[in-house]
Amino acid sequence: MNRHYMFSLIAVLLLFLIAYVGVAAVGLEVLFGIIIPYAAIVVFTVGFIYRIVGWARSPVPFRIPTTCGQQKSLPIFKQAKIDNPSTKGNVVIRMILEIVLFRSLFRNTKVKVKEGGKLFYGYELWLWLFALAFHYAFATVLVRHLRFFTEPVPQWLQLLENVDSFMQIGLPGVFLSGVVLLAAVTLLFLRRVLLPQIRYISLANDYFPLVLIFGIAFTGILMRYFIKVDVVGAKELAYGLVSFHPTIPEGIGAVFYVHVFFVSVLLAYFPFSKLMHLGGIFMSPTRNLPTNTREVRHVNPWSYPVKVHTYEEYEDEFREKMVEAELPVDKELPPEPEEPEADETSEEKE
Amino acid sequence: MPTNNKRMYDKGMVLAGLVIFVVVVTFPFWYNLGKAAPPPEPVLTEKAKAAEKCVESTEFMKAEHMQLLDVWRDTVVRDAKRAYINPEGKTYMMSLSNTCLDCHDNKADFCDKCHNYASVRPYCWDCHIDNPKETE
Ligand code: HEC
Ligand code: HEC
Ligand code: HEC
Ligand code: HEM
Repeated sequence: MNRHYMFSLIAVLLLFLIAYVGVAAVGLEVLFGIIIPYAAIVVFTVGFIYRIVGWARSPVPFRIPTTCGQQKSLPIFKQAKIDNPSTKGNVVIRMILEIVLFRSLFRNTKVKVKEGGKLFYGYELWLWLFALAFHYAFATVLVRHLRFFTEPVPQWLQLLENVDSFMQIGLPGVFLSGVVLLAAVTLLFLRRVLLPQIRYISLANDYFPLVLIFGIAFTGILMRYFIKVDVVGAKELAYGLVSFHPTIPEGIGAVFYVHVFFVSVLLAYFPFSKLMHLGGIFMSPTRNLPTNTREVRHVNPWSYPVKVHTYEEYEDEFREKMVEAELPVDKELPPEPEEPEADETSEEKE
Repeated sequence: MPTNNKRMYDKGMVLAGLVIFVVVVTFPFWYNLGKAAPPPEPVLTEKAKAAEKCVESTEFMKAEHMQLLDVWRDTVVRDAKRAYINPEGKTYMMSLSNTCLDCHDNKADFCDKCHNYASVRPYCWDCHIDNPKETE
């Protein structure tokens, strides 16, 4: 037991109860189906922009070349153009590949002492694999949900649905992305709970989003395949929200409101959490800056015009006194015939 | 974060990114702008009206008719049983085309209306005929 994940589990359980009791027992459909979703989308959008602007105001003084290949150098050295880009175009390629393939995460390595005390470095690809599965499944589910928010449903969306349910398992047909999402989020959670090193560095704000997303996927799957809800009613509500004619159709089922409440909490929590990496990835100085440190002089943008007193100026001011005290000086006093020692000091300096 | 600093770095890029963000997030809002989409109202045929009741309660049918069809399909194809007795003791033949579409023989005005709205495209009609009367 660990207070960090227990806290997250209990928090999500409480959220579930709040929405379930609020709808099933108290009848607060308007609150959970209209007011909270609207508030959540506003908090999400405004909060997201606020965070990005905050980051955009933080100066990045230098290029931060955490690169994985040869920097642009003499022509005899082959440059790793994508891993160590020196032009904007190549940076764009690096960013795109980072975002769609998580290349940084792919480089994740593990260190282990093997039998006989040999040190072993190896790839650790499981995290990369599950992170990739998780993000793609999440994106697919999210896009598929647009069927509740659009009328007529666009053709490309229908195509996506057909592909996602091509296994034709049961009725209603299983959407693979939903299942993959639930499985991947479960594994990402278990990884933090079961691996001691990861558990040691995990806090409640690492567990909470995972548990919350688990809750969303779980209630979604529950109402699609098990505790059926009235999908036509669900779409009526969702479409009402986006067309600014909010309605509460009767008898959708409380699980639906729990699902929507979870999503609202996720949206409102998003800008203030680690989930902001969605925007942050675009602002990462180690990824979005060309490594042209040798070609271009980068001046620290926050450099304050500091009043400096260089050694040269110092010596100009005190040269006579320094020579008098027989301190070595860079520049001699203007030669005076009476003082031959001046030559000696210059020889000493050599 | 130096908040007293009002300067935004790479302003053009950041603003362009934020505009894209807002456009994507508000997609459902502007995509449907000005379009009303009343929920579908499935039309009942004379025969269905005369029967008054569906195989199960209306609430059940609304949400779970596909699962009922799944059970019917498996029961017929795997167990070779064709009689279905509902909670009220009424017996139905478990058949998609001959039972459901007997009462609801207006597939386009009944099944399809909802399905277009909910964006589901049952593949059943690849094999099952959707208007048994015509071929009988
Ligand atoms: C009240 C609206 C409504 C009516 C009327 C209706 N359906 Fe449906 N049907 C739905 C909805 C909504 C779904 C999708 C449920 C989901 O996504 O969970 C569905 C799904 C299905 C599916 C599963 C499709 C899949 O691939 O997942 C089948 C099969 C089906 N309906 C058959 C029928 C037949 C046959 C009729 C006419 C006799 C009919 N339905 C009438 C609303 C309706
Ligand atoms: C005996 C005639 C009869 C048969 C057979 C029948 N239905 Fe119905 N069905 C009805 C009637 C009547 C209603 C309207 C009930 C009401 O309005 O309360 C209805 C309603 C429905 C609804 C809900 C529509 C709405 O307005 O939300 C669905 C979905 C549905 N039927 C599907 C089916 C499916 C699928 C089958 C085959 C498994 C089937 N029905 C077989 C007579 C029938
Ligand atoms: C590949 C062709 C095919 C597809 C697609 C198909 N079926 Fe069937 N279905 C059959 C065959 C063959 C039988 C057996 C007919 C029999 O024994 O009377 C059958 C039997 C059934 C039966 C019981 C018998 C009857 O007369 O209806 C039901 C119910 C049924 N299917 C429902 C469905 C539903 C619902 C779908 C869509 C989700 C579907 N089927 C899709 C081929 C198909
Ligand atoms: C973060 C956003 C969301 C996620 C990750 C999510 C996840 C899921 C999942 C995994 C399912 C199971 C079925 C499937 O795979 O599609 C589902 C179903 C469902 N979700 Fe969501 N959901 C989200 C937002 C919403 C919102 C905002 C609504 C409000 C309308 C909603 C309404 C529904 C409904 C009605 C179903 C049942 C669909 C059916 O029976 O066919 N979801 N959701």
